[in-house]
Amino acid sequence: MNKREAIVRRIAKELKDGDVVNLGVGMPTMVANYIPDDIHIMLQAENGILGVGPNADQEDKTLDCIDAGGNYVTTVKGASYFDSSFSFCIIRGGHVDVTVLGALEVDEKGNVANWMIPGKKVPGMGGAMDLVVGAKKVILAMEHVSKDGAPKILKKCKLPLTAVNVVKTIVTDMAVIDVVPDKGLLLKEIAPGLTVEDVQNATEAQLHVSPDLKVIHV
Amino acid sequence: MNKLISAGEAVKKVKDGDAIMIGGFLAGGHPENLVNALLNTSTASDLAIISNDTGTTELSIYQLIKSGRVKRIFASYIGSNPETGRLLMTGEAKVQLFPQGTLAEKIRAGGAGLGGVLTPVGLGTVVEEGKRKIEIGEKNYLLEMPLKANVAFIKAQKADETGNLIINGSSRNFNVVMATAADYVVAEVDEYVKAGEIDPNDVTVPGIFIDNIVKVGQ
Repeated sequence: MNKREAIVRRIAKELKDGDVVNLGVGMPTMVANYIPDDIHIMLQAENGILGVGPNADQEDKTLDCIDAGGNYVTTVKGASYFDSSFSFCIIRGGHVDVTVLGALEVDEKGNVANWMIPGKKVPGMGGAMDLVVGAKKVILAMEHVSKDGAPKILKKCKLPLTAVNVVKTIVTDMAVIDVVPDKGLLLKEIAPGLTVEDVQNATEAQLHVSPDLKVIHV
Repeated sequence: MNKLISAGEAVKKVKDGDAIMIGGFLAGGHPENLVNALLNTSTASDLAIISNDTGTTELSIYQLIKSGRVKRIFASYIGSNPETGRLLMTGEAKVQLFPQGTLAEKIRAGGAGLGGVLTPVGLGTVVEEGKRKIEIGEKNYLLEMPLKANVAFIKAQKADETGNLIINGSSRNFNVVMATAADYVVAEVDEYVKAGEIDPNDVTVPGIFIDNIVKVGQ
């Protein structure tokens, strides 16, 4: 199992029956493939669908049913369509239970940066700022360190923020970490074969180790 | 009662310096024929474009933005149109990015006659720069001002003679709010029928908002 699969499989276990869930583009979208059979969730697409189903077959493709990444999708039983204003009423009004998003950086205050790299890449925030502020629970899906090995879980984010004090849980290839308001980062689970020291060495922020520390099981 | 005109006639109403709302989310619900006519048969310049994402490279909006006729852009996500990103980086156009829900609500406020929108989305980020913060109770909000336009081009599946629209599936997106917030609103449709042939129960956008209809293929 590669890193990304391990991350999204673990996140899938965070979801509860009946949850309304918004998955970000990229790795978070893969979470949908690993939802346990006994859990029924409704996936929201910010462009106006509640109840997104699997990708559409060639013959069923229509521009009237796409997800926020522009993919042709289907809908599940009980799905609904709505316009952007209504969609962000769902998102900003606290009606989304969980959002899963990628991140460039996160810090011990639960601040997250995931929408731009100054001077390099400014794709825009899309619905990311709305989602992290409005969703009841924000889970980040991210590799623990950058491609060159630098920590992405920091004392303080350096990149322009997406929002402040919003992240609840960080799931990486090395660990599952909760952000505890006014306390910092609580290390709850570590990947098989790793030590707490390994995880701390790959993390700039100080980790508080849970007395109930577990090994990640996916 | 007949609101039907050609795309060429519709874009003649666009003047130099106009702000134009363009509906759609990526290629979904995008009024391609109207934008294509604006690109090829109008010479209006110094334009402002208000669009969720400024489309994709396959659409005429990409060429329009590349043409140098667009000087201001309001959007939430521009990763699908590298030309918009280039204009932002070089400063050739003034590109303002908003959280997607904020963009939708600004337009809704414009259409609904509201004085603005208060939202926590964007607090603590670059989005708050230059905006008033208002404290209500113990919470802070950003004041986001209403957004209106001279012209809105939107896309629907079907219109009747009174301008009532049916918009299918996820193509509702920004088309619904944009219909309310411009002085001159044109809907591009696949089907045009007599008044009475659309059940009032099925109307997505009431005809009162629609000035003209352009039928695709005519």
